[in-house]
Amino acid sequence: MDENSSARLKRRLLGVVYRIGLFLAMLTICLPGLWIVISSLRPTVEIMAKPPVWIPQGISFDAYVAMFSGIGKGGIPVIEYFRNSLIISVTSTVIAVAIGMAGGYAFARYRFRGKSSVFLGLMLTRTVPGIALSLPLFFLYVRLGIIDTHFGLILAYVALNVPFTIWLIDGFFRQVPKDLAEAAQIDGCTRWQAFWQVEFPLAGPGIASAAIFAFLTCWNEFALASQLTRSVSAKTLPVGLLDYTAEFTIDWRGMCALAVVMIIPALTLTYIVQKHLVGGLTSGAVKG
Amino acid sequence: MATVSLSKLTKRYGAIGIVHGIDLDIADREFIALVGPSGCGKSTTLRMIAGLEEISAGSIEIGGRVVNDLPPRSRNISMVFQSYALYPHMTVRENLGFSLKIAGAAKEDMERRVAEASTILGLDTLLDRRPSQLSGGQRQRVAMGRAIVRDPDVFLFDEPLSNLDAKLRTQMRTEIKKLHAKVRSTVIYVTHDQVEAMTLADRIVIMRDGHIEQVGTPDEVFRRPATRFVAGFIGSPPMNLHEATIDGGQLVFASGEMLPLPGQFKANVATGDKVVFGLRPDDIYPTGHGISSGGAADVHQIELPITVTEPLGNETLVFVEFNGTDWVSRMLNPRQLRPGERVAMSLDMSQAHLFATETGKTLRS
Repeated sequence: MDENSSARLKRRLLGVVYRIGLFLAMLTICLPGLWIVISSLRPTVEIMAKPPVWIPQGISFDAYVAMFSGIGKGGIPVIEYFRNSLIISVTSTVIAVAIGMAGGYAFARYRFRGKSSVFLGLMLTRTVPGIALSLPLFFLYVRLGIIDTHFGLILAYVALNVPFTIWLIDGFFRQVPKDLAEAAQIDGCTRWQAFWQVEFPLAGPGIASAAIFAFLTCWNEFALASQLTRSVSAKTLPVGLLDYTAEFTIDWRGMCALAVVMIIPALTLTYIVQKHLVGGLTSGAVKG
Repeated sequence: MATVSLSKLTKRYGAIGIVHGIDLDIADREFIALVGPSGCGKSTTLRMIAGLEEISAGSIEIGGRVVNDLPPRSRNISMVFQSYALYPHMTVRENLGFSLKIAGAAKEDMERRVAEASTILGLDTLLDRRPSQLSGGQRQRVAMGRAIVRDPDVFLFDEPLSNLDAKLRTQMRTEIKKLHAKVRSTVIYVTHDQVEAMTLADRIVIMRDGHIEQVGTPDEVFRRPATRFVAGFIGSPPMNLHEATIDGGQLVFASGEMLPLPGQFKANVATGDKVVFGLRPDDIYPTGHGISSGGAADVHQIELPITVTEPLGNETLVFVEFNGTDWVSRMLNPRQLRPGERVAMSLDMSQAHLFATETGKTLRS
């Protein structure tokens, strides 16, 4: 009896310790984000104060109001930047996922000459840092006349994301048993129908996660975008952050406010899609 | 309903041959079992008939129509996979109706046929569940239901019971037999389990290394195996096989022990021939405890030492030492035996088999 109650006590204590540990870990992870939100709501003096002021003394939405007030009144073309970011990110994500699905399926299902070399080659492209390519890309784009265009940035992002989407989607198609597509073909499907009716729905969660990763990469990318875009017609939100830097000053509050505007759609999208990222959908297909 | 005919059917992967030009004619409504050890080409043969594997040479006819290059969907077949291959994102109902949906069947027709199949297989209460919520036996039944719903010319089974536990396997075996009696389609059934093949099939095809060793009814392959391989493969416990040399009217074994040459082979062998002598466990028994104790024509008596006994209740497997190895014998109405004890054994030589050592072929004329 004593032994049992002490074991129970120990278990409860451990539970409390785990929760505290988890809270601290989450706090560490979330603190930068929280700090950005707080900084966007407080005066610059308070942001720059040393020692730091932990609890904001006064909260105002001035930075957000100013941001949308138009040029000359402390505003920046945030709507245009947002539109550019959205067009570029969505388009390049759709293309990268489409190519990733085709490529991933081919790597998962077919045998062909040089398969492993091609796959390795694709993965090796990931080792090159994007920023190292920015100058050659810049010259190339100037020659081709696609500098400072949506198309140019979309092209760069597709190239950046395709190896990753292929790799991720390949893994998910491998998890879908080959028997299922064969059973579908015997049930009267063409190869194409078997893919869309059976394999695609089962690899769906994987494809969705590849899409999220690709989208977030494009949405947050700064290095390449800052080199390849110049004007309001092509600049994306991360590049737009630079609008808050002047020769001698940096408007930290405005920058943080824009960062919050950037984070919200990405956070919302991830939240919506993550519900569909449930694993184990294929359980029960074959003997398990 | 259809006949299936394979002629010179061949499968090669590069230089490696898997199936070497096999010929087989399957009658309408026949239940054929392809058996053989792993890697003998039986599953590859089935997959070629299904159209899931391209053929390298030869031809396949289903219902008199050459289907060599037709995709699986145009062959009017259905297949039950070893892994069941149920669509995990669909309910049982959707799984059963999938082929009809793809074919664009009318909704009422679809519902009626799904209901029919689920009644036959007792799936009525499971229609709204997903495969992950079913037990192994239930999944197996859904897989069969999916095959029935299509009303195919030919059913293909690829080791459908090998994922089930022993008890369920026996139960499902009976269900498959009942099912065949009901739907009367041509069935091609691949298994490595000779008991399944013997109990289910009208005819058994025994394959080895991409060749057909023998085609025959269960009784034929059991009683008159064409080769040493078939003799050793069919039957449980397996046939006792020993190499021997012919010397006049005697079989001389490596240990020097001798047995009389069975009468039915006398015309086909000569002194000095190397042969393999085979006798099923049923045809060797402690005297007075055998199946053929009553009227066996050619019984040879010999006294042998017992090494091990395995009691099975109504019978006991008795291992006796002969020619330096253990011989399995089946003892009916068993009595207590002790290892080391020497007992009088009866060998029913009229049931014995002889195979040529070199070719492995039977010496029976």
